[in-house]
Amino acid sequence: MQSSIINADTSKPFGRKFSNTLYRKNNLFLFLLLTPPLLWFGVVYLGSLFALLWQSFYTFDSFSMAVSNDLTLENYRSLFDATNFDIILRTLTMAVAVTLATALIGFPIAYYMTRYGSRAEKGFFYIAVMLPMWASYIVKTYAWTVILSQQGILYWCINHLGLSGALNHVLQIPAIGGNTLATSNLGRFIVFTYIWLPFMILPIQAALERVPTNLLQASADLGAKPAQTFRRVLLPLVFPGVVAGSIFTFSLTLGDYIIPQLIGPSGLYIGTMVYTMQGSVGNMPLAAAFTVVPITLIFIYLSLAKRTGAFDAL
Amino acid sequence: MTAIPDVFTAVEFSIVSKHYGDVRAVDNVSIAVAEGEFFSMLGPSGSGKTTCLRLIAGFEQPSIGSIKIFGKEAAGTPPYEREVNTVFQDYALFPHMNVLDNVAYGLRVKGIAKPECYKRAEQALEQVALAEYGKRKPGELSGGQRQRVALARALVNKPRVLLLDEPLGALDLKLREQMQLELKTLHKKLGITFIYVTHDQSEALSMSDRVAVFNRGKIEQVDTPRNLYMHPKTSFVADFVGTSNVINSAMAQQLTGQNQPFSIRPEHIKLGTNEFNDKQNDIIKVAGEVVDIQYHGATSKVEVSVGNQMLFMVLSNTELSEAELPKISQRLNLCWSKSRMVMLENQAS
Repeated sequence: MQSSIINADTSKPFGRKFSNTLYRKNNLFLFLLLTPPLLWFGVVYLGSLFALLWQSFYTFDSFSMAVSNDLTLENYRSLFDATNFDIILRTLTMAVAVTLATALIGFPIAYYMTRYGSRAEKGFFYIAVMLPMWASYIVKTYAWTVILSQQGILYWCINHLGLSGALNHVLQIPAIGGNTLATSNLGRFIVFTYIWLPFMILPIQAALERVPTNLLQASADLGAKPAQTFRRVLLPLVFPGVVAGSIFTFSLTLGDYIIPQLIGPSGLYIGTMVYTMQGSVGNMPLAAAFTVVPITLIFIYLSLAKRTGAFDAL
Repeated sequence: MTAIPDVFTAVEFSIVSKHYGDVRAVDNVSIAVAEGEFFSMLGPSGSGKTTCLRLIAGFEQPSIGSIKIFGKEAAGTPPYEREVNTVFQDYALFPHMNVLDNVAYGLRVKGIAKPECYKRAEQALEQVALAEYGKRKPGELSGGQRQRVALARALVNKPRVLLLDEPLGALDLKLREQMQLELKTLHKKLGITFIYVTHDQSEALSMSDRVAVFNRGKIEQVDTPRNLYMHPKTSFVADFVGTSNVINSAMAQQLTGQNQPFSIRPEHIKLGTNEFNDKQNDIIKVAGEVVDIQYHGATSKVEVSVGNQMLFMVLSNTELSEAELPKISQRLNLCWSKSRMVMLENQAS
């Protein structure tokens, strides 16, 4: 039997013979399929990450500004110094605030797209959500410095609406306010929320798309009011999507180093700290240690989400 | 038919229409379902039967007309304020909850204390013989088991009307027949109104007290299963309920001298023999050619071309040997008794 199969192949062109060989030898097919991406993923992607983590144990001599290979935990200890810990807390607070805001703004848009949008409306919303991502991120951030400046359009609108008094009150709130919108934490928060919003909407929309309408109807049929249906049926089923979106917004905020430089008050973020340590100071080990912080935080966040049963519906 | 007093009417449609753009999914439908009745809505897909069910459940609102549930106007009332519960076609069990939580859901959202909810949910699961399955997720159950959970989830709320949307459609034949029996038993035991949507005419005939036959958004006939089968009013009903030969008015003119279409059941058509001579006025005789024969176990279905029409007849395989059965393209004489014919309303079929 075997020989007749092989004989049947000899007359065929090479491409066909190759396809047939792959069909018969599934392991060879999988080997060819996976080798290039696994090489990239293992060596370039994870390899460089582990090289970075390894460097976080190197020693930095602050007197000679030189890095030596002597392994130490000093970099991790110094993360808990008052100034460094402040940076972590500041970044974490902003990341949490931005994540909550994008989820609150993103959910209704995603819900409308899924439940009410016609095909054309859906297309429009997809483009509208992703359109900002077609422009350079740095250009958009610079554009926001203009929008938020005292000569900018936002101030102009607020003045013409007679709300400048209210704005001044808001800007006087400690931790949120500042001299102007462009130099306040509020301004920074607005820009972060603007920039990362698509990353929240798209996963939520994908998750909503997978919830059959008849589950919501069944809930109403069994006597649940809309708020109960939302809390007991819709939210649990969509929560993995919200978690996926929040991983994007959370980690992107934790690692960003452009927006904190251009908008908002002085004071370093994790991203800007890494940028400074690696660039102007040359303290690569501390920069590496700082990079471990977002990874750890996201890990903690995911285990908390798992504990609440966020992934049970997957 | 005498008018049913309001108190005994569970669900009443008065000239209800539902339009989607230009499409009339439900067109001028009026029905009254009596309390405690097993009422079926039968029709091909897209005939408006499911839309009618969804109008009762409250998932859709009528474009025109009034829907009363126990005498109370339901149009404009949301589903969660109606005393009806639905068993969905694909069950619609909540995938993130276990079976017990699914069944307890309706009680939980009404604010009943947790222990009481679970006690009643467990009883409901026992009723459908799934007491052991409370901790499982719906995804771990078979189709038939999911069907029972969906039933328990609806019944635990003690609805006055139970709506069933092709609940057995996804089950295989054996299981379907078993569930038909169980549903019928359950209906007798509970004494509540069942409104049952199906496209399976044998299911509708065997289970229901009354059946409404739907076609293109309109009701063709509402009647008992026996009357629907024996006395169909329209050619659609004659054709859809059971198999029937609907003879159009042109051919009827030739056969009976009357310009009125009629139907004749396949089992009433006999092979023409010498028993009947021309003197018998109550016999209709036709000649045709065999086009196809299908073997169905106890019977064989024979398709005969007569003029420009096809007639189906059923021959018993126990009475006729294989050699005695007609062959394809053989000429046949057929006959039937006039008394077996059902006159239909004169309309374009």
